[in-house]
Amino acid sequence: MTIWDQILSALRAAVPAAAPLLYGTLGEVTAERSGVVNLGMEGMMLMGAVVAFAVTQATGNVWLALLAAALIGALMGLIHAFATISLRVNQVVAGLALTMIGTGISGIMGKRFIGMPPRVQLKPVPIPILSDIPVIGPILFNHDVLVYIALLMVPLMWFLFYKTRWGVSLRSVGEDPATADAMGVNVFRVRYLAVTFGGLMAGIGGAYLPIVYTPAWIEGMTAGAGWIVIALTIFSMWDPARALLGAYLFGGVRILQYRLQKLGVSPPLLNTLPFVFTILVLLISAGETMRKRLGAPAALMKPYAREER
Amino acid sequence: MAEPSLAVEMRGIVKRFPGVLANDHVNLAVRTGEVHALLGENGAGKTTLMNILYGIYHPDEGEIFVKGKHVRIHSPSDAIRLGIGMVHQQFRLVPSHTVAENVVLGLPRPFFFPERAARQKLREFAQKYGLEVDPDARIWQLSAGEQQRVEIVKALYRGADILILDEPTSMLTPQEIRELMATVRRMAAEGKTVIFITHKLDEVFAASDRVTVLRQGKVVATLETSQTDKRELARLMVGRDVLFRLEKKPVTLGPTVLEVKNLHVRGDRGQMAVKGVSFHIAAGEILGIAGVAGNGQRELAEALAGLRPAVKGHVFLKGKDVTNQPPRVLARSGVCYVPAERPVGTVPNLSVAENLVLKAYDQSPFCNGIFLDPEAIANHADRLIAEYGVATPSRETPLKLLSGGNIQRAILARETSCAPSLLIAVHPTSGLDVGATEYIRQTLLAQREQGTAVLLVSEDLEEILQLSDRIAVMYGGEIMGILPAEQADLETIGLMMAGIHREVA
Repeated sequence: MTIWDQILSALRAAVPAAAPLLYGTLGEVTAERSGVVNLGMEGMMLMGAVVAFAVTQATGNVWLALLAAALIGALMGLIHAFATISLRVNQVVAGLALTMIGTGISGIMGKRFIGMPPRVQLKPVPIPILSDIPVIGPILFNHDVLVYIALLMVPLMWFLFYKTRWGVSLRSVGEDPATADAMGVNVFRVRYLAVTFGGLMAGIGGAYLPIVYTPAWIEGMTAGAGWIVIALTIFSMWDPARALLGAYLFGGVRILQYRLQKLGVSPPLLNTLPFVFTILVLLISAGETMRKRLGAPAALMKPYAREER
Repeated sequence: MAEPSLAVEMRGIVKRFPGVLANDHVNLAVRTGEVHALLGENGAGKTTLMNILYGIYHPDEGEIFVKGKHVRIHSPSDAIRLGIGMVHQQFRLVPSHTVAENVVLGLPRPFFFPERAARQKLREFAQKYGLEVDPDARIWQLSAGEQQRVEIVKALYRGADILILDEPTSMLTPQEIRELMATVRRMAAEGKTVIFITHKLDEVFAASDRVTVLRQGKVVATLETSQTDKRELARLMVGRDVLFRLEKKPVTLGPTVLEVKNLHVRGDRGQMAVKGVSFHIAAGEILGIAGVAGNGQRELAEALAGLRPAVKGHVFLKGKDVTNQPPRVLARSGVCYVPAERPVGTVPNLSVAENLVLKAYDQSPFCNGIFLDPEAIANHADRLIAEYGVATPSRETPLKLLSGGNIQRAILARETSCAPSLLIAVHPTSGLDVGATEYIRQTLLAQREQGTAVLLVSEDLEEILQLSDRIAVMYGGEIMGILPAEQADLETIGLMMAGIHREVA
């Protein structure tokens, strides 16, 4: 293989590697835009993954598996919403708890699947004509349906965020819930929906791993994807379009990690790459001032109560 | 009793908050097409009453009639449906969004952003009521007066014909106030009903047809504005005769205490909030800093108290360079600081006595090396509580249980009892009732007579004019000019607050 082929194949591989990150990030961006941080993403993705694998084995139907993963993710999102919005539990604590629960339960549920190949898996569907375009064709248009859906969701969500009443409500609730409330927006409903949707997306992102990306169940197979999603949300400055960029950048880093290994770079060192990136992003954006400058939703992590004086 | 011409009638409204009876069987009748002022001191229950009408709070007792019909208002959307709009004191606008986005926020339809309809409506309001706003401007770029216009437009866009304005003038320059009053009159002339909440007597006479006075949650009187006067309203509002002038004794100025040269300070968002400010204050002098909120006053005060680093420039205290010294060093050199947002500057859960020694607990006589001396602390507390008239059940009561006025007295007691050379007071009387305000102002004047240099930051022009020897006006992080108090009038200061340069004295 020439260097050019190497690069092409790395770029091609980065697209599916980025898909679960993109689902998760779009979900987290939505939740955070409403003012709720969800650190339970890792747990939700793991639960999505194990449930998807289980349903695949039981029914042999990938679509049912996806549906089940989306539902389990949404359910966990709903739990996070209930804890943080209705009970006003600290968002960090509730999220961490969900990650621990998700990690534990998925480990137990997945015990019997270890080493099994999935009964079915999603196959690439080349898009006619577009996939024949040189260079871009194989990179972008020769993947499975979930990759296409992820790509389509980016402009869709951008449109929803900035061009519709829903988007204005969502962003207002995250910026200034008291104002939104005074204007007749149901702050609680918007936040519940946003956080539940975030969980749903995490479930789908998690499901992608065992039924497409690494066709098997491996305990803890998200390998920190849920945390990378949190960093990507900040990296993308809470914007769906930049989430796309960030997800592919990180997907690329993951692929780079495999490719550099062949060149003799130490694998354990390379395994740290995504996290080095994550830490860098978090470092740059950790300060309150910096977050404000990056455009963090002003009411992020702040529970809302109406009759407080 | 329900006359057909009543836009709003509230009967026997009771609202309790933990420990407070905010509204005590309040009756209010507002006629269609009139401008009705709701007058009262802070804490009289005006805003609570209007929040009930707007559905933010729910009354514990009482009935509400809107346009003659008995209604229950469960939420702001119910109120909006009834044609009620409210402009809150703190604007309810999303700062990072555009005017148009803010105007359509929360509307049930259409699903897609109604770009064209919004623009057309905004033009219509501009023509009809003089409410000019740029639909594409972002809220944070607008002045307070413009933001208020957006708020009013927002209410009108929702079809409001009963408009509630909560302390509409508190953030405005005198010129903007005049414009607002004209808009209010114009809206009333077009058949809208306007209720505005205020504690300023001048505004009642400038715009209202009738006035209802509230005191401690009760209605004291409803009067035709044309048949009453300032003195009567003040007495109804406070419950006793009020001094309109404080006595300010002539003081010989001492040496310069504070000198600030070309000071630059960054704000919370990293932008330059104070841009090259220079001034000096002599012993026995009060320098008032006027300006609309958010023009760098807070950042300036925090930099002088050592709470915010100066990026450039110098601060000299009695000739010594103290730029960027930590707060403790500054405090030891005689700088005292009364911060703006009241719980700041106190530890709410600690007792009154502990709060009173917060600045000196590690020093003799309160501490000998390792151990605190409870007796010295108690004596100190008893002395200050008596001297400053802090109303507290005991010196061991947690400070947070006191009223705002008494917390402010305690802060002032701690800050001024050690004979400071520089006293920085930021909005010292905001949110306090008339009695506490009078006391705080007298304390500031007493400090001045004792030879303290006082820096007074306030948005209350009345306060600035009453207390200051010289007045500096800040706009956009710069000092527009410094005037001796006797040359300062509302008109000049108002222009400077709007960013027009004047001479430096």
